Amino acid sequence: MAREQHDYDDIPGTFVFDAERSRQGFGINMFCMSLMKDENRKAFKANEAEYLKKFKLTPEQTDAVLKRDYNRMLELGGNIYFTAKLGATDGHSFQHLAATMTGSSQQDYADMMLKGGRNVEGNRSRTGKNTPSKFLSDAQPAKKSAAAKSKLKVKIKAKAKPVAKSKPKSKSTKRK
Amino acid sequence: MARIIAGVGSSHVPAIGAALDNGKTEEPYWKRVFSGFEKSQEWMRETKPDVAIVVYNDHASAFSVEMIPTFALGCAAEFPPADEGWGPRPVPVAKGHPALAAHIAQSCILDEFDLTICNKMEIDHGMTVPMNLLFGKVEKDGHWPCPVIPLAVNVVMYPPPTGHRCYMLGRAIKKAVESFPDDLRVVIFGTGGLSHQISGPRAGLINSKWDKNFLDNLTKDPQKLVKIPHLDYMREAGAEGVEMVMWLIMRGALDDKVDEIYRFYTVPASNTAVGHIILENRAKGLAKRKPAAGHKRAAARAKVDKIRG
Repeated sequence: MAREQHDYDDIPGTFVFDAERSRQGFGINMFCMSLMKDENRKAFKANEAEYLKKFKLTPEQTDAVLKRDYNRMLELGGNIYFTAKLGATDGHSFQHLAATMTGSSQQDYADMMLKGGRNVEGNRSRTGKNTPSKFLSDAQPAKKSAAAKSKLKVKIKAKAKPVAKSKPKSKSTKRK
Repeated sequence: MARIIAGVGSSHVPAIGAALDNGKTEEPYWKRVFSGFEKSQEWMRETKPDVAIVVYNDHASAFSVEMIPTFALGCAAEFPPADEGWGPRPVPVAKGHPALAAHIAQSCILDEFDLTICNKMEIDHGMTVPMNLLFGKVEKDGHWPCPVIPLAVNVVMYPPPTGHRCYMLGRAIKKAVESFPDDLRVVIFGTGGLSHQISGPRAGLINSKWDKNFLDNLTKDPQKLVKIPHLDYMREAGAEGVEMVMWLIMRGALDDKVDEIYRFYTVPASNTAVGHIILENRAKGLAKRKPAAGHKRAAARAKVDKIRG
């Protein structure tokens, strides 16, 4: 059965871990959960394909895990808090994982975060719904100025492509 | 009777806990984060609550995908730190307040909030990091300054409870606390956020304008925030930013009018915008431990000025 469509599927570069993915990805997430124990980490590293057989993954899910295709794992029902345990088992920091998922180098990703993170402008919607949320409209810039800024932006394509743009901003604002 | 005297909002970024545990608090990157909580720790030492209710979420540590309770209240006598894969954080076992927790459970369920009761529960960084930020570093063999009641909220699997539901649960918690016979002064924490996305090709998203507006309205117009649909949180503040709904439980447990005592915001800590706020109820003399008779308002004012100054 095809996946039911939801309003949040319009958010680019995002696989929302919903009830359907939770059901679908149960095996991936339980496998990742097993990596909390050192003896399991060792058993997995000793023979990955064999270890995975205990968790009833689909062939696509097994393939994604073996290839460390983190975006595909999310698409097939993995959840980031769980898949991060696989990254940790490989000895990677979380930021390494985040960089991998965004298709950037770790340095570029870290630089983007230090400069204030990925800008939301141009990254709200796959279908051009880039108007800021009406619920917080008084804090959003006028539409025109948002558009003016958007020439600086790099949009996320449907599939992960490196995105390393961000607007420098003050790193700390302390209220008087 | 027991009273909620103040609410605290705080991010719970795991890397903050790791920085604390590994002695990195003086490094410039982390000092920027920790320095924002120095005045808050001073406030907490002066406020000396009898109990802290901490609204947080578990991150595949104590809870898995086998059971996913929407609201789970910790009624145990103690809550050990969870092993998050590399051994538990070196923090003390947190003491609970089973009598107040059981009272809250009973009151809220009869108020039509069907809480899951946890009589055995471990707590992960989602709870222990904000406790460290507000109570300071406490050695493993030491003691947290007050008992805690964890309230774990599912924000990992979509959909989390709506912002409105969270706010109304806060209201029910306020009512529950106020019907507890013992004279307790309670602080409630809302944790998580602010804007961040840590999954998928859009990871790294931060929206400081959204965050600032959220904090502004949290103080002055929370009714505006309770209407925000999840889609807007996820679009604007990141897929994982939706956990900001947990702050609305804290806000719902406070009075309509509150004083914003302190605020701090910095980007980034790891992948996340760090937000922090302290809101006090205005009822006379509540915040101060033992205010001098006749000087309650003046004392409260003086403290505000001191902390803001």
